[in-house]
This record gives sequence, structure tokens and C-alpha cells, in this order.
Amino acid sequence: MSESQGRLLGWREIPIGGIVQEPGNTAKNDMSAWRTFKPVIDQEKCVRCRLCWIFCPDAAIIEVEGEYRTKSGRVYKVSYHVDYQHCKGCGICANECPVKAIKMVEEVR
Amino acid sequence: MVYYAYFQGKAPDVTKKRFKTVWDIPKEELLAPGHRMCQGCGAAIVFRHLLKAVGKDVVIVQATGCVEVTTTVFPETAWRVPYIHVAFENAASVASGIAAAIKALKRKGVLPPDKKVKVVATAGDGGTFDIGMQALSGMLERGDDVMYVVYDNEAYMNTGIQRSSATPWGAWTTTTPVGKRWRGEWRWKKDIVGIALAHRVPYIATANPAYPLDLIEKFRRAFETEGPSLVHVLSPCPPGWRIPPDKTIEVAKLATLTGMWVNLEIVEGQPRVTVKVPKRKPVKVYLKMQGRFRHLRDEDIAFIQKVVDAEVERINKWVGEEAIGPVVEE
Repeated sequence: MSESQGRLLGWREIPIGGIVQEPGNTAKNDMSAWRTFKPVIDQEKCVRCRLCWIFCPDAAIIEVEGEYRTKSGRVYKVSYHVDYQHCKGCGICANECPVKAIKMVEEVR
Repeated sequence: MVYYAYFQGKAPDVTKKRFKTVWDIPKEELLAPGHRMCQGCGAAIVFRHLLKAVGKDVVIVQATGCVEVTTTVFPETAWRVPYIHVAFENAASVASGIAAAIKALKRKGVLPPDKKVKVVATAGDGGTFDIGMQALSGMLERGDDVMYVVYDNEAYMNTGIQRSSATPWGAWTTTTPVGKRWRGEWRWKKDIVGIALAHRVPYIATANPAYPLDLIEKFRRAFETEGPSLVHVLSPCPPGWRIPPDKTIEVAKLATLTGMWVNLEIVEGQPRVTVKVPKRKPVKVYLKMQGRFRHLRDEDIAFIQKVVDAEVERINKWVGEEAIGPVVEE
């Protein structure tokens, strides 16, 4: 469908009038090739302030509900994970994290 | 205000806050990921929060610009709400037309009369300050029920960093180069808030993505205004401002902390500073972070500081309190 799947649409496959039939279909794209560094969240250090989720330009931080117990015994109801398909590796999350729980790690392919 | 009752529009309820903490921001993503905006784009953050504030019952009208080009690459779209793009100059006129159509559909009984569907016109600084100026002026003057959002990255970033009338003094762009005779832009930024204020619009705000709750609350209020409203948002641009992509929010925050950007809210002509800065930082901190101001000499920075001081003094006098404090060197 898109460039991420290796092939562009032919004229027979495009709907009449060139209508885009599915809203939000950019979500299928793989943006992982844009980044050099990828963010890695340390779940032990993270205080669940939601700032990375707020400041992410690509909605690539996912809020997952579910109990998480740290080694020091704190219990959180949510945790944050990175959507590596959509993350462009800008590093805003690592820069804005108040407890420095996010590290930018070099991609090794 | 009695005075504003003579004109079009009704101000929103500003006594209550819907977004008190970060946990009040809805989880639903109406701007899909996978769009082609740059790494660390400020506008992407602004639009995510715009759609979180306004919800699904909205029609987005967009002028040509970075966000239009990057989110709607055929055959894809990042928008999960109704969206229309017509031309560069007429986002506000198209929005007026859709607002009139919604009114007509309600009168004919196609839409339920109590259903709230609002049109949100969005444009960059080029599509508002320069090219879309007369359409915007017409929309504000007619009192159409449209919310207008300007994301201001202070130049034509999409076509390759040409100056616009929103470019600040001293900034390097490709059309205001730095050399022996030219030292970057030599004109000051246009006062869009003053222009909107002259149209007696019930709700005008300026916002900054570094203060997300303030930003999203202003979007909510502008959306609930009956009549025209305007929100002017600063949107840092890493390639155009020559900053690393991870510094977007840091730069935006410094713009407010140095007094280069003031977060205002003007409800029926009554101004209020929503993010108060008791101790202001010198503008040097903000300018030194950005490559577009790299060529500035000490006397240029002193000149910018002088103008910012005068501007802050004017705003303090206007709001009737010392909302932005004096410069404190660290």
C-alpha cells in the first residue's frame, strides 16, 4: 500500500476519484528508518508523569494500563512503552523526562 | 462586557477549567502516527493536542503549509476527523462556507439542531500573516462560527525557510541571508493578536506547546466560543530554527521564560497573562540556542533585549499587573 510495504499503488487499485477511503491510514507506515537513536524507557526509574506521552510529536509513546510493581515496592497503574514502528527518534522524550528514565540508545541494524 | 454584546459572538465559560491535570487529557489519538512531519516537529505536538481538545465533531480546514503537505500524502491521510484543503489563501473563507452549510443543514433538519459541529480553520504563519490575511479578516469581521488556529514557525519552512511577516528581527532565512550588507531579517514580527483584537473578536489567545495544559485549555475555550476565535501558537521548527530535534520543547519554554513570547488570553477585550514569569531570563539564552541567530553580535542582542523590555512593559501595563517580571541574570 505505502512505500513501507515496498510497492506503490497502481491506477487500477486507487478508488475512483482518488478518494482516500480509510481515515488515519498513515498509521500503517514504518517510520523506524528515520531514526539513528531509539528511546528506551527504564520502567524502574519512570515516575509515570505522562510528560513523554504529552510531548511526543508522533504519538509513539503508548500508555498501557496494568499494574507495575517496582523493586522498591511502588505500584503504578499505568506504564509507558515506545511504539518503535512510529518513533522517529527525535529525543524530545529523553530531553524532557524529569527523572531521566529515558535513554537514547544507538540503533544497531 | 456590555460593549462586546453589540458585536458578533459570545465568549466561552472561562470560570471553569476542563483540563486541570495531565490526566484529564483524553487518550484517543485523532491524528494518526506515521505522518511525514520532521523529527521533533513542534506543529505535530500542537495538532495532536488540538484534536484531543476538540474531539470528533469537528471539520478541519487547512491552508497549504507544512502540516497539510506532510499529513495528506496521497493515498494516505493522518486525519481521523473530516478534513478539507482548498488553497493557500482561503482557509478562513472555506471555513466560513462550511459554517454556513452546517447552519443550513440544521435548519433543514438534516443535522439535529442541538448537535455541536464546529469548523476549525488551521494555517501556518505564511497562510495567515501574509497570504490568508484578507480571508481571515473577512471571517473575523463577519462573525462566522469558526475557530482559527495559527501555528507559527516564523518562516515558510515547508518550501525551504523563506521569510514571512512573522519572522523575528535578526533571524537568518534563505531570503534574508547573512553577509556583509545584510544581517538577517531587519523587520519586526507582525502583531496578529492586535489585528484580531481590532476586529472585536470575543476570544483570542496565544499559546506555547511547552505548557500543554495551558495550550489544550485554550483550544477548548476557543472551541466553545460562539462566533470567531483565534489561537496563535508558537511552533518550534528544528530544521528552520537550526536547533537539534530534541530541543523543541526546551526552546519553546525559553521563549516564554525570556519574554519573547507571552501566553495571553483576551476574553471580550480583557487581557490576562496565563503563564506568569516572575523572574525573566535574558533573551541571550533563547537566541544562543538557535542557529538562525548565530550571527548576532552583542549589540544586536542588546537591541533585541531593549525591544523585548519595551514590549513586556507594554503588556504589563495593558493587563494591569506585573505579569512578566524584570530580567534576572543567573
